Amino acid sequence: MEKRVVFDGKLLPYMLLLPQLAVTLVFFYWPAGQAVWQSFLIQDAFGLSTEFVWLENYSDLLSKPEYYKSMVTTAIFSALVACLSLSLSLFLAIQADKQIRGTGAYKAFLMWPYAVAPAIAGVLWLFMFQPSLGLIAQALRSLGFDWNPLLNGNHAMTLVVMAATWKQISYNFLFFLAGLQSIPKSVIEAAAIDGAGPMRRFWTIIFPLLSPTTFFLLVVNIVYVFFDTFGIIDATTSGGPAKATETLVYKVYSDGRLGGDLGGSAAQSVILMIMVIGLTAIQFRYVERKVQY
Amino acid sequence: MLNRRFMLAVAAAAALVSSPASAQVEIQWWHAMTGANNEVVVKLAEEFNASQREFRVVPTYKGSYPDTMNAGIAAFRAGNAPHILQVFEVGTATMMAARGAIKPVYQLMSEANEPFDPQAYLPAVAGYYSTSRGEMLSFPFNSSSSVMWYNKDAFRRAGLNPDQPPRTWPDVFEAAKKLRAAGYDKCGFSSAWITWLNIEQFSLWHNVPLSTRANGIDGFDTELRFNSPLHVRHLQNLVELQRDNTFSYSGRTNTGEGRFTSGECPIMLTSSGFYGNVRANAKFEWANAAMPYYPDVAGAPQNSTLGGASLWVMGGRPAAEYRGVARFFTFLSDVDRQAKLHTDSGYLPITRAAYAKVKASGFYVQNPYLETPLLELTNKEPTENSRGLRLGNMVQLRDVWAEEIEAALAGQKPAQAALDAAVARGNTMLRQFERTVTR
Repeated sequence: MEKRVVFDGKLLPYMLLLPQLAVTLVFFYWPAGQAVWQSFLIQDAFGLSTEFVWLENYSDLLSKPEYYKSMVTTAIFSALVACLSLSLSLFLAIQADKQIRGTGAYKAFLMWPYAVAPAIAGVLWLFMFQPSLGLIAQALRSLGFDWNPLLNGNHAMTLVVMAATWKQISYNFLFFLAGLQSIPKSVIEAAAIDGAGPMRRFWTIIFPLLSPTTFFLLVVNIVYVFFDTFGIIDATTSGGPAKATETLVYKVYSDGRLGGDLGGSAAQSVILMIMVIGLTAIQFRYVERKVQY
Repeated sequence: MLNRRFMLAVAAAAALVSSPASAQVEIQWWHAMTGANNEVVVKLAEEFNASQREFRVVPTYKGSYPDTMNAGIAAFRAGNAPHILQVFEVGTATMMAARGAIKPVYQLMSEANEPFDPQAYLPAVAGYYSTSRGEMLSFPFNSSSSVMWYNKDAFRRAGLNPDQPPRTWPDVFEAAKKLRAAGYDKCGFSSAWITWLNIEQFSLWHNVPLSTRANGIDGFDTELRFNSPLHVRHLQNLVELQRDNTFSYSGRTNTGEGRFTSGECPIMLTSSGFYGNVRANAKFEWANAAMPYYPDVAGAPQNSTLGGASLWVMGGRPAAEYRGVARFFTFLSDVDRQAKLHTDSGYLPITRAAYAKVKASGFYVQNPYLETPLLELTNKEPTENSRGLRLGNMVQLRDVWAEEIEAALAGQKPAQAALDAAVARGNTMLRQFERTVTR
């Protein structure tokens, strides 16, 4: 006879859920609700005068060409960082998965950058690429290349993309490596016996079997470039030159914190929140279909 | 070990109970000073605390200037503001507009019956922190102005006279070209704080309006005016010189100042507060001089304006505590203390008497670098265009202006279009500020 445990009463399950619910409500829904409320207000920095303006902050924002420019910048930045960090870390993970001497040390070194705070990562890259002090910048200049992220927007973008990619590679690497190690060796060996070359084995076996990991990382990486990169941008370029590296999340920071425009900044974060929710939904709806679990 | 610690704790507790310190009124002072300047702040508080027994000033470091200001604002919103908040000069308009949040210094002093004469302060200093009716709203603390630092060794190398620095902009351009030819090919001259030097100070120094309503001092309905032919000409010159690095852009803040001390840029326009850094790090003979001007502009040079920070008194505290703040400000204004503060730290003296005393002592004969910013500030009686400036949203305004200057320097926009855009975008931000503060 099978013996089933039945909990009666409705209270216990809710009690057990309560801590998690409380954390979610206090740390996620409450601030999000505050942001939505704030986005309907125009307020001075001290909170001495408040005016409820319905959607004026939004219409202001959407009538400004700078805002769309910032969207384009964000799209370019996130596409570059997500593609680069995913492909580089997949490449590195495949190399680390091979039977080579010193894999342990190799893996450990690749995981280190994840422990570095974004702002510090930005400063590290700035030290290398700062036009007058940076070692690499001086090397570039002595080769006759006029490296100047202070004035050249493309150079500045290259710099923040490099720093943001470098920062994320370790995380992706870790997941890819775990994903690779869970692929049964027998499948790959069977394909090899049937005469499939390394490239063919990668595209027909490894890549599809890795797709759940890749999909998960894609979602995480998009969220990372949208939200977590402002420390890097603040430390390296402060959104400059001439807004070339001003992403949406950096604009939220600079308008709200430096500009004291809390309403406009809140409206931007609400739009950003909707965009990321939308992007994630699209990814789950369409990209996930191609994922083979 | 543990035992000794316990004994110490007991002794400390006993001292607290028995000393009259427990009856003292505490005055919280939030500031943004680091390094040697932080020591100055701590020392001032200690001296004040030792000079009387009624009040105790407690200084607390709150991070960078924007961090400190934001901490003060957040604390006010939470009903827990400090008594004294150090706010950098660009936050002045925001603080002034927050009438319900601050206690004007002139009121504070008269209510506490402390001796206070606005005439005792240097006009360029007092004017910056006063209303158009001459009521001083905040207490000037660390003031600086902007000057031109130059490398005397580099001047010799380029065949320039190191004791006759260039005085006008055309002279600076000529000197920079010679310096460039003499090996300084990455940077003939440069400027930190690109907007402060080349828009704000530039306007005042040439006696042309930065914006209407006396650069915003007479009202928040001010409109920007720095797209005049003179401003465009200056930016156009910088754009042309940037092409071969005769001028080399060094960023929006002072992070590029290191290019002077490292010897890369032989001429650097930046704050007089750079003094300590230059003295400590420059391995060459250096000097500073007044900011250059265009000689064909009538009345130029006029006078410069302040940088640095002032002390704001936050509102809503009991009168007893305000008496302590007022007493502390009187303590700070003391002539000898001001004179010593100036000669020790390089900050400008804020009172006429302190300046006169240091001058009479012959200090400037050996240290002319500390007098340059004072001579600029007091060069002429301030006019409507040169009393100072007071624009809301100033931190972000500077970013917007810098963005447009960067676009011009990078060759993406003509100088005129860049300054027109900087003015237009700035005006939008000023209107928004006006709207949030005048209701």
